[in-house]
Amino acid sequence: MSAAPASAPGSPPAEGAQARRLTEFIFRIRELGIVIALVALILVTAILEPRFVEADSLRNLALNASIFAILAAGQTLVIITRNVDLSVGSVVGLSAFMAGDVLSSHPGLPWPFVFVLGMALGAACGLLNGVLVTLGQVPALVVTLGTLYVYRGLAFLWTSGRQVNAETLPDSFLGLGTDSILGVPILVLIALVVVLVVGQWLRDYRAGRELYAIGSNPEGARLAGVRSDRRVLTAFVLAGALAGLGGVLFTARFGTVDATAGTGYELTVIAAAVVGGVAIFGGTGSVYGAALGALLLGTITSSLIVLRVEAFWQQAAIGALLLLAIAFDRLVGLRVDARLRRRSARRAG
Amino acid sequence: MTEGTAPLVELRDASKSYGAVRALRDGNLALRAGEVRALMGENGAGKSTLVKVLGGVIRRDAGEMLVDGAPVDFHSPHGARDAGIAVIYQEPTLFPDLSVAENVVMGYHPLGGLKRIDRRAMHEQVTALMDRLGVRLDPDRPVRGLSIADQQIVEIAKALSFDARVLIMDEPTAALSGPEVERLFSVVRTLREHGAAVLFISHRLEEVFTICDTVTVMRDGAVVHDARMADMTPDEMVRRMVGRELSTLFPKQDADVGEVVLRVDGLTREGVFFDIGFEVRAGEIVALAGLVGAGRSEVARAIFGIDRPDAGRVEVAGRQLAPGRPGAAMRAGVGFVPEDRRQQGLVMDLSIARNTALTRLRALSRLGLIAGGSETRLAREWASRLQLKFHRLRDPVGTLSGGNQQKVVLGKWLATEPKLLIIDEPTRGIDVGTKAEVHRLMSELAGRGLAVLMISSELPEVLGMADRVLVMHEGRITGELSRAEADEENVVRLATGQAVAA
Repeated sequence: MSAAPASAPGSPPAEGAQARRLTEFIFRIRELGIVIALVALILVTAILEPRFVEADSLRNLALNASIFAILAAGQTLVIITRNVDLSVGSVVGLSAFMAGDVLSSHPGLPWPFVFVLGMALGAACGLLNGVLVTLGQVPALVVTLGTLYVYRGLAFLWTSGRQVNAETLPDSFLGLGTDSILGVPILVLIALVVVLVVGQWLRDYRAGRELYAIGSNPEGARLAGVRSDRRVLTAFVLAGALAGLGGVLFTARFGTVDATAGTGYELTVIAAAVVGGVAIFGGTGSVYGAALGALLLGTITSSLIVLRVEAFWQQAAIGALLLLAIAFDRLVGLRVDARLRRRSARRAG
Repeated sequence: MTEGTAPLVELRDASKSYGAVRALRDGNLALRAGEVRALMGENGAGKSTLVKVLGGVIRRDAGEMLVDGAPVDFHSPHGARDAGIAVIYQEPTLFPDLSVAENVVMGYHPLGGLKRIDRRAMHEQVTALMDRLGVRLDPDRPVRGLSIADQQIVEIAKALSFDARVLIMDEPTAALSGPEVERLFSVVRTLREHGAAVLFISHRLEEVFTICDTVTVMRDGAVVHDARMADMTPDEMVRRMVGRELSTLFPKQDADVGEVVLRVDGLTREGVFFDIGFEVRAGEIVALAGLVGAGRSEVARAIFGIDRPDAGRVEVAGRQLAPGRPGAAMRAGVGFVPEDRRQQGLVMDLSIARNTALTRLRALSRLGLIAGGSETRLAREWASRLQLKFHRLRDPVGTLSGGNQQKVVLGKWLATEPKLLIIDEPTRGIDVGTKAEVHRLMSELAGRGLAVLMISSELPEVLGMADRVLVMHEGRITGELSRAEADEENVVRLATGQAVAA
């Protein structure tokens, strides 16, 4: 740290514009950084193994990331309010099995119905999380750690060892996971729509902005007249509904589902959000960043598989990326803090 | 003023207690249309509690609240806001991650088509507000890193952003410069002409006499006086606020001043405080005075090593302290009694004995285990030396009154036999009787050769207790006053950045 006394007389006239450019830059650079990392990763892998950039391979890449991108969008809503939802993986499992079970035991049922059902189920799970966090005043980490086991337990109870197979599901439903419109897989389209809608909601609607306020300064949000409990509850319900949607899509994509579907997803999803620039202490980040984070994590895994790197190193690579992203955020944060502090000091001095 | 009509807001016999501490009683206050009312009182007199009751932040235990003559009950700040009551709170309520504009309009963003936020309208609205306040503050810049004064401006803009019928300002001018205060006052006058009611809290008497029509005085949690400003004099105001003779409360004894214990030189933390240098000698009580946000607590935190300074050095008994290392400061013989007892000074759920022993765990432990009963023995010794009033040493420290809690914090540090004790707001939130005891204790300690650095926002405490007064303004020491030179006027002048009258 430099120790220059901040006693420069007079205030620079362009203070405002400078500060604005700086902050815009920081917000952009975060998402841009992931895009650059993504492109670099694909390029390097393509040079080492040209098959990686064939249409089929890229298509798989996008398909794999789609469900995670939807889940990461939901997780972002919760993390921005300075909470966390660890139960997403279990909600995915519950909803995935429910979708498979309902469709295979009622063959005549129109498949859009299971989407409504899955999202309602997810929303109910989210509601319980949210109620315990807001009304129960229990930290989200503890609440959702508990419901992670409870929801998974319910899935096991329901399946009692059974498994839903692809043959018992309607083709039109499975088509969602494999078919394309104009060359773009339907699953990817769904993910894009979800990410855009949630992203815009968070960016351009009062309720969305209030989530940032709550995460940035919970007590301040309350004093500003923000109905914090209601907003946090909404975030959990939406995250739950999106996890429910993810579960139904899981069944459409993989066809074969048992009680363990989605196990461990919660950590991948949180990692995606954090890599995407969503601060774990709330207040900053975007749904787009989180979705890009999900894509980057998926791409790394695929590229390491293509390059025949051992499984252990794949995990280590994701871990390293996570630490890198956090270190980057911290570093940039400190620099911006110092610059803003100094600028204000000059203005006051 | 129109006396006949019902007040816009009225509190009748409101009261509020926190455990054993009665923060507010006899809360009677009426705000009428076109009235600017001052709320005066020392720190801890209950002003902020009353404000929070009006703002719906805390709920009164008893009494009535009326809006336009009809009883109301706010369950949250949202309710107060819907009733047209805007509050500027003393503590910052801003969102550091969001832009200035969003901070101002949070929850009430201007909306465009599809109920989307209209960012351009938001920008224009906030720019207009800033113009009205005469401040050049970029609405798009994040609040993180703003100076205290600018943060205060954002708070004010926030309160003005909707058409409030009642505006409550808890020390809005504490960090503002002269022209900014003038601007604020002209805005307040406009509001008054438009029939709004304003409740104004300030420690600067001249401001209060300039802008206010009526005054409510509080002391020790109760409203004690209600008058027209025209019928008041500054002397009477102070007398009603203090309500006692200063000398009986602050029994500072003379002590032999010895060696230099603390030497601070060129201490700087960018944007917070600059080039701070002073000495404290054994047997001396030195007060750091200044307005809220002047950087006093931050200096103390940097000396003790909680925050790392950007430049400068701290020496204790001739040896330089490693910056940013509270452990090193403790080993060098520094004790630190923080401002916020409940959050930083004590572990509220732990027992009195445990809390007292926290600083001595190493000395009390044998092979890493705390020897049975040693904590209790230590705590019992200090409890009797400090005349602590308690039921059992096993009781959680949170069950004690504020004054007795403060004694536990003091005991905790005195047990380390420090050379230097830094005390931030020694008697905040402590009732008058126990205040005197804490002061007696401090005086005694100094008498036995301890160096004491005291930070206090209570002027009578500063004037009564300190051998020397260092006054800070916006992060700089603007003057040093000896006990003889220090009077209310001089301290306030230095604290507000004016030169001392010759």
